[in-house]
Amino acid sequence: MSTLEIRNLHVTVETPEGTKEILKGVDLTINSGETHAIMGPNGSGKSTLAYSVAGHPKYEITEGSVTLDGEDVLEMSVDERAKAGLFLAMQYPVEVPGVSVSNFLRTAKTAIDGEAPKLRTWVKDVKGAMENLRMDPSFGERGVNEGFSGGEKKRHEILQMELLQPKIAVLDETDSGLDVDALRIVSEGVNRAKENTGLGIMLITHYTRILRYIKPDHVHVFVNGRVAEQGGPELAERLEAEGYDRYLANA
Amino acid sequence: MTVTDHTQATADAAHSHGVIPDKSRADRVVSFDVDAFPVPTGREENWRFSAVRDLRSLFADEAADGHLEWTTSDLPEGVTLTQVPADEARERTVREPGDRASAVAVKHAGGAMALTIAANTVVDEPITIDLHGTGGDVRGHLLVELGQSAEATVVVNRTGTARYSELVSIDLKDNAGLNLVLLQQWDEDAVHAGEVLARLGRDSRLRGTVVTLGGKVVRLNTSAAFAGEGASVDLFGLYFADSGQHQEHQLFVDHAVPKCTSRVTYKGALAGKTARSVWIGDVLIRAAAEGTDTYELNRNLVLTDGARADSVPNLEIETGEIEGAGHASATGRFDEEQMFYLRSRGISEEQARKLVVRGFFADLIHEIGVPAVEESLMRQIDLEIAHVEEELEHE
Ligand SMILES: Nc1ncnc2c1ncn2[C@@H]1O[C@H](COP(=O)(O)OP(=O)(O)O)[C@@H](O)[C@H]1O
Ligand SMILES: [Mg+2]
Repeated sequence: MSTLEIRNLHVTVETPEGTKEILKGVDLTINSGETHAIMGPNGSGKSTLAYSVAGHPKYEITEGSVTLDGEDVLEMSVDERAKAGLFLAMQYPVEVPGVSVSNFLRTAKTAIDGEAPKLRTWVKDVKGAMENLRMDPSFGERGVNEGFSGGEKKRHEILQMELLQPKIAVLDETDSGLDVDALRIVSEGVNRAKENTGLGIMLITHYTRILRYIKPDHVHVFVNGRVAEQGGPELAERLEAEGYDRYLANA
Repeated sequence: MTVTDHTQATADAAHSHGVIPDKSRADRVVSFDVDAFPVPTGREENWRFSAVRDLRSLFADEAADGHLEWTTSDLPEGVTLTQVPADEARERTVREPGDRASAVAVKHAGGAMALTIAANTVVDEPITIDLHGTGGDVRGHLLVELGQSAEATVVVNRTGTARYSELVSIDLKDNAGLNLVLLQQWDEDAVHAGEVLARLGRDSRLRGTVVTLGGKVVRLNTSAAFAGEGASVDLFGLYFADSGQHQEHQLFVDHAVPKCTSRVTYKGALAGKTARSVWIGDVLIRAAAEGTDTYELNRNLVLTDGARADSVPNLEIETGEIEGAGHASATGRFDEEQMFYLRSRGISEEQARKLVVRGFFADLIHEIGVPAVEESLMRQIDLEIAHVEEELEHE
């Protein structure tokens, strides 16, 4: 049982116009086995929240705390956070030319576990996970995200999540830009991980469509750098009908 | 047909102050006469990015005292390595030297060593020549000659230290194929200026790889000239400059006859405040060279502040009847987003940097085609990266 606890998080970035506050006091608690949908309009700070939890150097935490099972996440380096059990599926995964997917996966797995995985079971695990996500085995030999389509990049993110087995995963618009088939495949992967490992999920999304495939326990409406409202799955249905306008008018 | 816009690149090459640009690359002086070349000052077109001060002793028209120790792999049948007297060496050189350092090297080398592969001889195993410097000034002249339809891989590995200048002449008769690997693995105080001149006969194939990791100053100037139709040249280069290192690679591909293909691919990494690299790639497509297909690429990866990479591609086209001609040049800072992505998967900073740099060079290394060299290079690049980590720690 793990708990990610975000308290009163304030985050700024440097822009050409000066320092800009993007997160303005975020409170959120995610336990193992729970799925929290974070829904909000473009520019509301969802990716900033995701990157801040993962430790991207561009974002400065000016106030608040993030802990994982009581440990101070903000004190950890980026790779320490991953080793502690956090995972970020990025909205825009980065290409790393010349580094093969299979080498990358093995290096990451070794780093997370602190020892190299047993070769035979590892090869089998990777093969199985790729099959589940309908990824051709030839992906293993390709450069990380190099020339991948949008959908392939997202499946590759979920592949990593399934293999690295984090405690808490932040999925940043993993659904955006996917057609229905790809969305179903990716959602199955997320549900599998949850079932197999009791993963806790922060599911950041702009659209309600993915919630047909991944059932959230809690829904948080994210507007202008903070949680504007929270509730159960019924809140998502209301958003589907009404959109974000109601919140934006107040913001 | 694809032709990229090369006006920008040509303009870049001519912008510097006090430099008199060539009208055409074809007009450059070539001569065995040392006096045909004034001592370079650094203002000349072809020396303007060079570490002229460190190269000074290589310009002196005087006898040199040192020598390199030669170790050669067993030579199979049809392959000979012989000492050739000066007069004959000049005659068997494919072209006259193109700069003063090269002319001085030929004049004071005391003749040439000639590696000759007889017609129709196909050598499967790489022929390796280890050249080890033990200090002092050294002048060298090497001839590599392949007879008609001969094929071989030749690896020349330079280690130790010297103030070394050389001319390497490569003569490929019709339909010959040579894979030549020149490794600059000098100690850190070595100074090396080399001119590599290749002449390609009809249907011949040259694959040339240059790897520059060691030395204080290395300046390699490679020219490939097509003498018969249907020939192709692939020139690869890999360099890694640390603080205090100046690595310069100049290239000139002369398409003088129709239907030849050239590919130039050079990649470099730089780390450390005073690391410096220069790449100049000239391609000339003469009026007669219809059906030419050429592309040149230079990419530089700058790992730390202060390092500087100059990259100047030049494409001169005198006929429109070509298959394709293009070039690309890019110098980029180390990508922090790549680092973040890898580290967010638990990979340490050091290991992430290693992966990115290895990835940058990976495709190039696989082109070398000599497994032993490829493996040792990957290890050396890891060592270079470990060295970068040390430099970063001291910052
Ligand atoms: N690195 C950055 N530099 C400058 N502005 C940024 C940066 N990251 C985010 N922002 C700004 O912060 C706001 C929130 O962005 P983001 O977190 O990406 O929102 P969302 O993911 O909800 O669309 C936007 O106005 C965006 O322009
Ligand atoms: Mg976003």
